[in-house]
This record gives sequence, structure tokens and C-alpha cells, in this order.
Amino acid sequence: MALNSYVLLVIVSTCLVTWASRVIPFILLKRFKLSKLVVSFLGFVPICIMTALWMQSLFVQHLGQLPDLNVPNVLASIPTLLSAVLTKNLLVIVIVGVVSLGVLNLIL
Amino acid sequence: MTGDLDAKSALRETLPTVFGYIGIAVAFGITAKANGLSIIEITLLSLLTYAGSVEFVIVSLLAMHAGIWSILLSVFLVNARVILMSTVVAPYLSDETMAKNIWIGTLLTDETFALSMNKLNYTGRKLNFTWFNVSNLAAYATWVVSSALGGILGNLINNPERYGIGFALVAMFIGLLYLQVIADRTIKLNLQLTVIGAVVIMMYLGMTVIPKNGLLLIVTLLGCSIGVVLKHGIK
Repeated sequence: MALNSYVLLVIVSTCLVTWASRVIPFILLKRFKLSKLVVSFLGFVPICIMTALWMQSLFVQHLGQLPDLNVPNVLASIPTLLSAVLTKNLLVIVIVGVVSLGVLNLIL
Repeated sequence: MTGDLDAKSALRETLPTVFGYIGIAVAFGITAKANGLSIIEITLLSLLTYAGSVEFVIVSLLAMHAGIWSILLSVFLVNARVILMSTVVAPYLSDETMAKNIWIGTLLTDETFALSMNKLNYTGRKLNFTWFNVSNLAAYATWVVSSALGGILGNLINNPERYGIGFALVAMFIGLLYLQVIADRTIKLNLQLTVIGAVVIMMYLGMTVIPKNGLLLIVTLLGCSIGVVLKHGIK
């Protein structure tokens, strides 16, 4: 039951950030209005960050040269993406992903 | 869904959402455990930060040993859409006290927001504190308990890497990305795919010069900028 102090710092500070995002608009109520460009910018955040996080697991970094591919992760991504298209169910997607990499680890 | 704004109908209408939560929260707990968080840390994260996909991002960044500021900036960006949701909900509760408004905002999530927007169609465009509060609390309690359960479940599995459990996080990002692409009607599909393609290329090329923690944020901000330019340029 370890509680790492850095993890605790992250939990408390992210708590404050998410809480502020939720509550400040309620406090400012109707006076608060975001510009159209900011709204549009924020709309792209989810797809950009999810794609970036996904790519980070597919590439192995060697500073100064192009990254190598993490072949098991690339291969496991294929059935995972397929299960997303077919089921649209997050739990199924996670299970398919885990099983795919598990099977690949046995073969490779 | 009915026009009643009492606790009972709130509970009844939130239940289907809550079932959706359980699977994701359990998956989150297992994933977080596999990425080195303890059960108590998982429970605290869900109890305090309480932010669905943001929690997956936090676990992923912690596993990369990212610095506090890059974690906070990522969390702010991923969570920024909540600002929009609160802004939309707030006017419907402007008759309630400030304390009640703050409390509703505190536990507002994607799911209860979506639910409340749906509910408006049945109540003559009205919402109240009781209905929203019960709906929020049901979702919150389920999320916290289920993610703790997931952590306990993850604890029972020895040597999780061998079974590919480390991939749960990546699978979750793939799933969230796909679900986001098909659900978001405010951005055209072609534009979304273009932005995703740009992010892939920038990540690949960026890896040669920028360490990955910083690269993630830079590429995200650039990707969004490209999206905005293309969206408003094309229109």
C-alpha cells in the first residue's frame, strides 16, 4: 500500500486543475465567454493527444536519428483498432488489445 | 427519460451511464496497477482528480517519469472541454445558490453533462439541483469504487507485462481516439483524419530531436493549431 510523495503531489495538483476547470465557469456564470477560435482549438485536443500518446508507444526513441518501430505494439494495434470499429466498447477494446500483445509476446 | 426532476428519476436515468462507467473504471484500475500505481494511489486519483480519460493520461505520464509542469499542462488541455460543458450548464442553475452551483460543477463529467443535455428535452428546458446532484453522485461513487476494484484485480495478476497488460493503456487511447472521431460532429471526418495524420508524422520526425515528454505537448499544441487553421481556412 505504498503512497509515493511525487504521485501524491501529482494527484493533489491535478485535482486542483480539474476542479478549477469545472467550477470557474459556474462562478463567472454568464459573463464568461470563450472566443470561437479558442473553442475550435480545444475541440482538437482529444484527437491530437490520444494520437500522440498512441504513437509514443509505437516508436522507440534514439535522439539524433529516426525512431525504430516497436513491432509488437504496432502489430497489437491492428486487432485493437479493428475491435474499436466493430464494437465501439472500451472494455472490449482493452481486452482485445491486452490479449493481442499477450499472444504476440508468446510467439515473438 | 421523464420530465420529473426528483432524486428517483435522476437515479433511474443515470443507471445506464453508470453501467458504462464500471467497465472503463475497472480497466483503468487494472491499467494503473500494471503501470506501477498502488491501490491507494489509484483510489485517491479517482476520488480527487476524478476525470476519466485524464486519469489514463496521468498514469501514462507518471510511467514516463514526466515532470509536474508537463503533467499539469497536459491535464489542463485534455480537461479543457469541461470548461465548455460547465459554461453550458451554469445558466440552467443560476437560480440556485453559489455553493450549490460550485458543488454541481465539482462533480460534473462528460456523461452527466450529456445526460443533462438530453434531460432538457423532457423538462421544458429546465434543470434543478436535486436531479443534477443525485446523477453526479451516482456516477462519482461508481467511478471511485470500480477503479479501486480494478486496482485490486490488477494486484492479483503476477508479472502482468508477460500477459500484455501494459498494452491496456495504449488500447484505451486507441479506443478513446476512435470513439472521439466518430462522436464529434463539430469537426468534419476528413479534417480529423488530416490532423491525426499530421500528428503521426510530427511524432515520428520529432522523436529524432526532442525528448518524448516534451514532444507530446509540442505536437499536441501544433496539431490543434493545424486543425484550427485548416477548419477556418477551408470554411
